[in-house]
Amino acid sequence: MQAPGQTDNPLRAASWPMYRALVGVGMLCGLLIVSVYVLTLPAITRNETRALQQAVFQVLPGAVARTSFVLTAAGHFREAAEGDDPARMVHAGYTAEGQLAGIAIEGRAMGYQDVIRILYGYAPQQQVVVGMQVLASKETPGLGDRIEKDAGFRANFTALDVTLAADGVSLEHPVEAVKNGTRTAPWQIDGITGATISSSAVAGILNRSSAQWIPVIHQRQADFMRPEATDDQR
Amino acid sequence: MTSVDRVQPAVSADDFIKGLWRENPVFVQVLGMCPVLAVTNSGINALAMGLATTFVLVLSNTLVSLLRRAIPRQVRIATFILIIASFVTVVDYLIQALSLELHRALGAFISLIVVNCLILGRAEAFASKNTVLRSILDGLGMGLGFTFALLCLGGVREILGSGALFGIALFPAGFQPWIVMLLPSGGFFTLGLWLLLFNYLRARRLEERGEAQGVVP
Amino acid sequence: MSGDPLWSIFLNASLVNNFVLAYFLGICPFLGVSGKLVTATRMGGAVCFVMLVSSLCAYGIHHLLVAINAPYLQLISFIVVIASTVQLVEMFIKKTSPTLFRALGIFLPLITTNCAILGLALFQTNKGYDLLQSLVYALGAGVGFTLALVLMAGIREKLELASVPDMVRGTALTLMVAGVLSLAFMGFAGLGA
Repeated sequence: MQAPGQTDNPLRAASWPMYRALVGVGMLCGLLIVSVYVLTLPAITRNETRALQQAVFQVLPGAVARTSFVLTAAGHFREAAEGDDPARMVHAGYTAEGQLAGIAIEGRAMGYQDVIRILYGYAPQQQVVVGMQVLASKETPGLGDRIEKDAGFRANFTALDVTLAADGVSLEHPVEAVKNGTRTAPWQIDGITGATISSSAVAGILNRSSAQWIPVIHQRQADFMRPEATDDQR
Repeated sequence: MTSVDRVQPAVSADDFIKGLWRENPVFVQVLGMCPVLAVTNSGINALAMGLATTFVLVLSNTLVSLLRRAIPRQVRIATFILIIASFVTVVDYLIQALSLELHRALGAFISLIVVNCLILGRAEAFASKNTVLRSILDGLGMGLGFTFALLCLGGVREILGSGALFGIALFPAGFQPWIVMLLPSGGFFTLGLWLLLFNYLRARRLEERGEAQGVVP
Repeated sequence: MSGDPLWSIFLNASLVNNFVLAYFLGICPFLGVSGKLVTATRMGGAVCFVMLVSSLCAYGIHHLLVAINAPYLQLISFIVVIASTVQLVEMFIKKTSPTLFRALGIFLPLITTNCAILGLALFQTNKGYDLLQSLVYALGAGVGFTLALVLMAGIREKLELASVPDMVRGTALTLMVAGVLSLAFMGFAGLGA
């Protein structure tokens, strides 16, 4: 296989096929990976956008269009662009008439098994949380995962009171979890018997996330008003 | 001039069939246990994982077999791992493009196909020594055998754990699901029981052949 | 991105989401090397060590790949870099400390292709841990692995003396015991919350 003149140095003659094999296979694999990545990227982004879209529409009843916003360092919201930090993003949903239906906010915290991620919808006009969906959880099937399915628990989030206090920087009544069946005020979350940790983890997310986001969003509500009715995608 | 000096074993149906039962990667060789236990809490996850593994196995076997003369012995493991890792990345993106939910359900375990000993094992033990066609058949057989084993586990765990199969409810509403089957420990129990069944079948076959020692290796 | 406190990460990786008993990572060595208590302890030590090394590698690679905007190379570079780093470390230990090498040595090459190692690299990246969090996570995972391995070895040494039908001996029995252990570990759930 080698040209006669090349075998002078035995070490080189032995190492050449190794280099050739490794570099050749490396290049082949690189080419393969990159081409598949490029080919599948549009489909993947489309899937992700659709999944987010569906979740936003779930937590904001009446919403039919969505725009993502990012909180800038200066403290106001602008439309999110490629590469923005997802942790500083919220998603505004709009009704068919182009009215602001509410803002969907993502929150996360440690649950019983692993991190729970939720998305909840906030309606600034009524100052209530109007919907909640679990995005990811590994809670125990049949017990902890009732935070996703239990109708009674979900009913907590149809009109959860998050009214701002008079000073405008904190909530009048922070969201709190109470034992199942003892809910008396609209800012309380009725826990699930047998899934205490999971349900209070969700309440904890809402408590912290709402205290952080809602004053800012309420104050900068004008940022979310639609300039004009643009098309639904994006 | 005869070609006695270049004896290549002919392609035989056995290359394909042996992986399905006699040398089943999970029940007989006990290889690739991590995905077997981790993603088999429902039939659909098990099926997806099995097919993804089969896909990687067939393609990596093909490429390894094609390149087997160009790869020096000293760097063979490194090149095999490169090849396998690329195909796994490809599968990862394909699944993401097909269904985001499926990708979330399988999670990091798609990436972990790379370290499934089954794939490296077949590349090393079979594909690096045999022709392309035989390697493809071997990969297909082993992969389907693996899928079959995953389905055996996933089916049992989903039927008992959530009273359904592939999402279709099987029992009347009064059925109380055995939640433990969906939990990690359920995976260990189910696999243990399947292995027991296989040991029993094998022991009985040995006895029938009159080779009275039905001892498990 | 992730603000989890360090103690929570540690408890979570070692007990609540034990790599072997809850994530099923590293089952091969778990079944293979858990026969004797001494071997199990050494293997555990070696795994802890490799986990720390690979956690460091994975952290570096992830940030490099983000910088050059090439996420599609993640898997391939994780596996290649971790495997070669472990080899280098192995040579280094062989040169500097033959005693340590004899204790850990035979396990090191085995561990490289262990799914627990790659799993650790992938999980810590997915969770978006910073450097300190990653190292604590790796240590927790290693300790959890060792704990599971040592517990299993202890049980299996006792089982040697028990009278069990021939058919059940071997992997089937080990899996059953692992199932019971896994059930026991479920009691730790909720600790990290």
